[in-house]
Amino acid sequence: MLEHVELFFKSIFIDNMVFATFLGMCSYLAVSKKVTTAVGLGAAVIFVLAVTVPLNWLLDQYLLRDGALAWLGPEYADYNLSFLSFILFIATIATMVQLVEIVVEKFSPALYNSLGIFLPLIAVNCAILGGSLFMQSRDIQTLGLAFNYGLSSGIGWFLAILAIAAIREKIRYSNVPAPLRGLGITFIITGLMAIGFMSFGGMLTGGDEAPNEVEQNTAQKKEKVGEDKIIKETKENTVSYNNAIINE
Amino acid sequence: MALLSKKDTSLILDPLADNNPITIQVLGICSALAITAELKASIVMALSVMFVLGMGNVVISLMRNIIPSKIRIIVQLVVVAALVIMVDQVLKAFAYELSKTLSVFVGLIITNCIIMGRFEAFALANGPWRSFLDGIGNSAGYGLILIIIGFFRELLGSGTLLGFKVLGDPIEKTGLYAIGYENNGFMLLSPMALIVVGLIIWVQRSRNKALIEEN
Repeated sequence: MLEHVELFFKSIFIDNMVFATFLGMCSYLAVSKKVTTAVGLGAAVIFVLAVTVPLNWLLDQYLLRDGALAWLGPEYADYNLSFLSFILFIATIATMVQLVEIVVEKFSPALYNSLGIFLPLIAVNCAILGGSLFMQSRDIQTLGLAFNYGLSSGIGWFLAILAIAAIREKIRYSNVPAPLRGLGITFIITGLMAIGFMSFGGMLTGGDEAPNEVEQNTAQKKEKVGEDKIIKETKENTVSYNNAIINE
Repeated sequence: MALLSKKDTSLILDPLADNNPITIQVLGICSALAITAELKASIVMALSVMFVLGMGNVVISLMRNIIPSKIRIIVQLVVVAALVIMVDQVLKAFAYELSKTLSVFVGLIITNCIIMGRFEAFALANGPWRSFLDGIGNSAGYGLILIIIGFFRELLGSGTLLGFKVLGDPIEKTGLYAIGYENNGFMLLSPMALIVVGLIIWVQRSRNKALIEEN
């Protein structure tokens, strides 16, 4: 239970799709001019992520990863089809989006009218494929956790687009330097928001009082993911900085 | 007959500046920001996208008359995914460390909006040669921005370029470090990528007033 809670908050705040990994930036920038449309797209992203991540988890677990085909019989045990994951994941996503569109249109025309135009956009939203790929590279253990991961990353994305849309509606009344208007200022505000979100980083490691073990665990987990090379590098930098001070 | 007519040249040159995919068309931002902490990764990413977009544009353009328009998105995704798998396998075979750094972002070339955007806007309506040029031009414009961001982030963040210590050694206090210069570790963190793009947009639009947006 605790790991569910941890993953939930971690994916919303610390590993926020927009602010920490820059996924789904294209639609984030293009569809954030008005709060109402932003809410529609955000809801569609939550929905599709919560459906496709568990589905791709099943595919990964029983079809793609090293030795995943063992359930077919011992002679299949050493097949590794993971090089096919891109094409299978994207096929799942494209089909699911189409399917979801049809189902929603049939059973809830009201929802379809508000989500409808965004659903086709979502097939090519990097946040969706990124969710599945991060699920694979972070080695998420159970189906329940995969569902949780999809849902909470979706909520994180929703939060981000809602915030930027609200800010952009307000910024219309401000006097922004002409060359920065529109896209430029949006980039810079997103950067500032990302810096703000970095402060959530201490939330799970518990700041200074926390036992070192926890930090080490998270560090090990994170090392699998490439983006964390950056964090390592900054650590090295601080180490060298400290050395420099000692040398002096 | 010249190899490139005037129109063809503009296909390549336009996306480099006034029709840049990142700063003007707002396509393909995700990868541009996430992997630019090092110059090397930016260059590899730019080359990968160039390969995928150039080849993909040709393939889609050759098939443009036989793809039913209703399922064209899925067809496009399959073409891109096949090309990206090639890139991924080559990287894993010849540059394993680098492919770890790029992690999922190689896979995310599939959903890089530049690629789908160019397929939709250009390759579906033009012949293979012109589509190829368009692909090269747009990925060059994308690569240019990537390399600019990567250059500044690596130079200011870790004081190196492509891994060479151009500013001197921070521990032995040579070069700039001898007079008290320090690396700005903040440049390596992801938010700074956004701000660097914002600044590039600022510079570009103040040089060309026609690009300024309404609000």
